[in-house]
Amino acid sequence: MFADYSWGELGSIFAMQGFAGLILFSVFVLMALGLAIIFGQMGVINMAHGEFMILGAYVTYLMSGLFQTWLPGLFGIYFFVAMALAFVAAGALGMVVEWLLIRRLYHRPLDTLLATWGLSLILQQLYRSIFGAREVGVSVPQWMMGSLPLTDMIELPINGIFVMVLTLVIAGGVYVMLYRSQWGLQVRAVMANRSMADATGINTGWTDRLTFGIGCGVAGVAGAAFTMIGSTSPTAGQLYIVDTFLVVVFGGAASLLGTIASAFAISQTQSFLEFFLSGSMAKVLTLLAVVGILMLRPQGLFSPKIRK
Amino acid sequence: MPPARGFLDRTEILGVIVLAMVIFVILPAFTDPFRLNLYGKYLTYAFVAVGLVLCWGSGGILSLGQGIFFGLGGYCMAMFLKLEASTPEATAIQSTPGIPDFMDWNQITALPWWWEPFHSFSFTLFAVVAVPVAFAFIIGMAMFRRRVGGVYFSIITQAVAAILTILIIGQQGFTGGINGITDLRTLLGWDIRTDSAKEILYFVNGILLFVCLGIAQFIRRSKAGRLLIAMRDREDRVRFSGYDVAAFKIFIFCVGAGFAAIGGAMFTLQVGFMSPSFVGIVPSIEMVIFCAVGGRYSILGAVWGALLVNWAKSAFSESFPELWQFGLGGLFIAVVLLFPEGLAGLWNRYAAPLPGRLRRRAPRSAPAPAE
Repeated sequence: MFADYSWGELGSIFAMQGFAGLILFSVFVLMALGLAIIFGQMGVINMAHGEFMILGAYVTYLMSGLFQTWLPGLFGIYFFVAMALAFVAAGALGMVVEWLLIRRLYHRPLDTLLATWGLSLILQQLYRSIFGAREVGVSVPQWMMGSLPLTDMIELPINGIFVMVLTLVIAGGVYVMLYRSQWGLQVRAVMANRSMADATGINTGWTDRLTFGIGCGVAGVAGAAFTMIGSTSPTAGQLYIVDTFLVVVFGGAASLLGTIASAFAISQTQSFLEFFLSGSMAKVLTLLAVVGILMLRPQGLFSPKIRK
Repeated sequence: MPPARGFLDRTEILGVIVLAMVIFVILPAFTDPFRLNLYGKYLTYAFVAVGLVLCWGSGGILSLGQGIFFGLGGYCMAMFLKLEASTPEATAIQSTPGIPDFMDWNQITALPWWWEPFHSFSFTLFAVVAVPVAFAFIIGMAMFRRRVGGVYFSIITQAVAAILTILIIGQQGFTGGINGITDLRTLLGWDIRTDSAKEILYFVNGILLFVCLGIAQFIRRSKAGRLLIAMRDREDRVRFSGYDVAAFKIFIFCVGAGFAAIGGAMFTLQVGFMSPSFVGIVPSIEMVIFCAVGGRYSILGAVWGALLVNWAKSAFSESFPELWQFGLGGLFIAVVLLFPEGLAGLWNRYAAPLPGRLRRRAPRSAPAPAE
């Protein structure tokens, strides 16, 4: 299958597919970071994770319209305002959901799956009632359009680069929060041993709520970022959910580094296969490989060494 | 749960009689052929729900991929019916007569080898159950031997359901793609599209369902059933007692898959087509909901769950499609938060003790039944 291409062409193909894979990688990391907090740290199976992302996307959509109408001069930076609002909106909704629903279900992980699936149906219908069933897109600011030519065959789209940079920043932020802050220490203490953490004076209820809220908030930011590379519809969240869970599980649920490594492996595999096979077959082969490896290593690639 | 003495205790006998009356007498007597066909369709989901009660309620393994087995069973049956409908005379206008129409549309000129055996009805009947059970066996072997359990098992079965759906949709020439296998006409020369045929199929479906209920009850009352419950509650203790935990899990997963497959085949017969929209993640999770609403520990409850949820879905989505989405979502949450044992749990708690209380006429001093 390589014979039809010259070396130069092959090099460009690999560079382009590698870059497409990097964008996909950013998308996976953004989707999976919030879930790595909620599922990896808290053990809650949040099937409504995709809907929290869509909430962020709709917030961005609203902001883009608002800035276009009222503040056209500041349109270039509307995205940063939208991102902050997406974090706040998704995070606040997450905390309400935790208070109403999740905190009653911490000992029944499979039940969180059912309950949050119900939540995702409700949110989807809510979006449909408010924004309509059609896909909506945002207007991308001028400076994010176009592409960066590297050679005459390789061009890098600027919105892709932007999403990649954003991913780096958010992943770094989550790392600092979880592993270098007081709050992160408390979260990990509560997840390791709830009653012991309670006894040392940590407010476990509040820690849970904040953790869930931040996980959802990160999902909201991810959704905001997605508007730069694609459109949004009420049911778009469901398309991501299986991929997202596989990324987190494949990496080893409790490991942030594992999540990033598995996102990289999955996205690059899929991107390269996509060039030589049809999109659906590439997806099938990638998923099969992930499932196969998970059967050999049920705890994921990077799992903490504990005796079971 | 009261200690199991016979095959069925008194309330269970009552439950079976009521269900049999509803399925075989009341529904056929009071509904027109169109509605009866619809109820038949709901009952095919009951097969899946009963299998889920065995896997999830008894065994503690929640499969989010039962649509796989429902679909595989349904597709096996659909392939046979499609070949029967694609005689060279009926497909004379195609560029290659004698192959299913969607293959012709996709420029395929010969029947793929794996379609060939489905010319035979006895092979098809065998394959309807054997193919999904073999598939379940492979998945079960790979996962339970490696001690993949709980949440991870659920997510992986979900991924498998996604893989199969993408594969079916992508391989349009061999599977009919997103439209599925449609335009099915006859079963061994018997036109399945007439009202009388649909009525007969409804009763066959009902009888098969009761056979499956019998098998399920037999398994639950057997030693294997009691070990499954022990495994659900304390898996390591059962393992340390010397039992092969994985073998029991594989067994019950295969039984659940077999039930789902029979449901899928009956679905194809009664509805007249099969498509990937019954295989993927969303239908698989809905099947879990039928089971959860009916009661995850009760096989009769599962049948009621499948009937009631689907009935509500048709009734509401005809007139208020928006309300139905909210209602379904709310139902999931309500089941989990308010009545985790489903309708059967509510029945056992409030309705079943009622006659005894009335007889004693002293409800407040009635002793709580021993758990």
